[in-house]
Amino acid sequence: MAETVANISTVDFDKIRKDFPVLDQQVNGRPLVYLDNGASSQMPVQVADRIDHYHRREHSNVHRGIHTLSQKATDAFEETRKKVRDFIGAGSENEIIYTTGTTDSINLVANSFGKLYFKEGDQIILTEMEHHANIVPWQMIAEQTGAEIKVIPVDDNGDLDMKAYKSLLSEKTKMVAVVHVSNALGTVNPVKEITDLAHNSGAAVLVDGAQAVPHQPVDVQEIGCDFYAFSAHKMCGPTGFGILYGKKEYLDAMPPYRGGGDMIDKVSFEETTYNVAPFKFEAGTPPIAAGIGLGAAIDYLENIGMDVIAEKEAELVNYAVEELQKIDGLRMIGTPRTRASVASFVFDEIHASDMGTILDKRGIAVRTGHHCAQPILRRFNVPATTRASLSFYNTKEDIDRLVDGINYVKSFFE
Amino acid sequence: MTIDEKQQKIIGEFQALSDWQERYKHIIKLGQSLEPLEEKHRVEENLVRGCQSQVWLTTELDEDNRVVFRADSDAAITKGLVALMVRFYSGEDPDTILTTSPQFIKKIGMQEHLSPTRSNGLASMIKQMKIYAMAYKSKLQNS
Repeated sequence: MAETVANISTVDFDKIRKDFPVLDQQVNGRPLVYLDNGASSQMPVQVADRIDHYHRREHSNVHRGIHTLSQKATDAFEETRKKVRDFIGAGSENEIIYTTGTTDSINLVANSFGKLYFKEGDQIILTEMEHHANIVPWQMIAEQTGAEIKVIPVDDNGDLDMKAYKSLLSEKTKMVAVVHVSNALGTVNPVKEITDLAHNSGAAVLVDGAQAVPHQPVDVQEIGCDFYAFSAHKMCGPTGFGILYGKKEYLDAMPPYRGGGDMIDKVSFEETTYNVAPFKFEAGTPPIAAGIGLGAAIDYLENIGMDVIAEKEAELVNYAVEELQKIDGLRMIGTPRTRASVASFVFDEIHASDMGTILDKRGIAVRTGHHCAQPILRRFNVPATTRASLSFYNTKEDIDRLVDGINYVKSFFE
Repeated sequence: MTIDEKQQKIIGEFQALSDWQERYKHIIKLGQSLEPLEEKHRVEENLVRGCQSQVWLTTELDEDNRVVFRADSDAAITKGLVALMVRFYSGEDPDTILTTSPQFIKKIGMQEHLSPTRSNGLASMIKQMKIYAMAYKSKLQNS
């Protein structure tokens, strides 16, 4: 692994920004300010080049061919599994399952784990700040199995009510599924404490890490969770690829989620036996180029250092919150104890969709709407927010341009 | 005024405006002057499903069998676009609504609001208006 640099003042972020050619363009006649990293991060040339090289020189199907090219593709594709293992501190690469993204990872657990363990009257605990991807799959399996869903409430700051969580836990709890970093509020949840409490009650834990893995060092063994899900495209990798980390004892017990090639051991019309984890969960030809791209993205992030990235983004998000709060009439949605990379806000007089439309005219890309987390917006009694979500390649100038843009929008609607 | 004349009039109105700021300010002004929708119509069942802003749409047939639309939105730009659509289709017979598309949206530089990524309800609103027209048409044919 590449060495990490302890002091961010020695890191050349101007040079890093140049790795992202997409940022160097005009939008509506102005230089692009990209603050929608929570929806998808941008891809550095190193990752794009690696994917390009695969398509030009290495492409073949994986896990099947005896020929050299197939072995080359398989090696490159499987190398990512080891990189992911080290990146998130998993015990074994066999605990790393390739999926199409966080949503797919959660659906896999809900279906496979849920069918095996949930029965009538069992409880699944979610939080009020979950993304729809960590709500709907659980509702679907709850409906099939007779399990019920309990929800940990969120306080006015956007932090979880841990007291309420403790009182929800019981011997009926089979699963606690919680977001690591809220995409709508930026709240960093105490996932280790949540996991310890769940385990004491005999429940398993899934952490939705889509907004955490790109922004801070994550160690799944330190958290202790049983499952951890995230997406490649939010961490400088390509779309259509994601990871499910699962503890071996669960993965061995859980039935396959989809049937097809690669996931089998022996097939006859009378009986089919399945491959072992992780392969029993990976039916069909996977997005090979995307998998190799994730490997390159991990190399890229590690070369900068996740602790450096976390420190840089903390500096940026603190600056953003400070500057945003100076704007008259702006109300932050979510003022959590610990915040990561996201600042969500509203104006009583200006609808978020109007805000986003005019900001776009100024070359500023933000997300507006409910951020696929309608329950938490309902909790704060707002139909939509404007969300600026940062990455390490953003600058204070980007934030200044945002603040300037918001002031312009205000004058526009006066 | 025929629907084509209405279309030309809207285009003409916007042609006089030189940049996007003026066009958007005009859109917002149109929204502000839209006849307010009575509170009883601002209900769930009149909501046109859209991702970002809410659009309410209600309709009736007048004594000459022409469709009358009333609408509202909680976002200023969407409300302006909604006002234009109400002006365009209101007072037309169902057949005219079904056979005439709002070409003016592109001509006045607002086509980005029809993109599915916008999800601001304009595309859904146009569709909903046509569905109402179709329902009135079959109702009139059967009566």
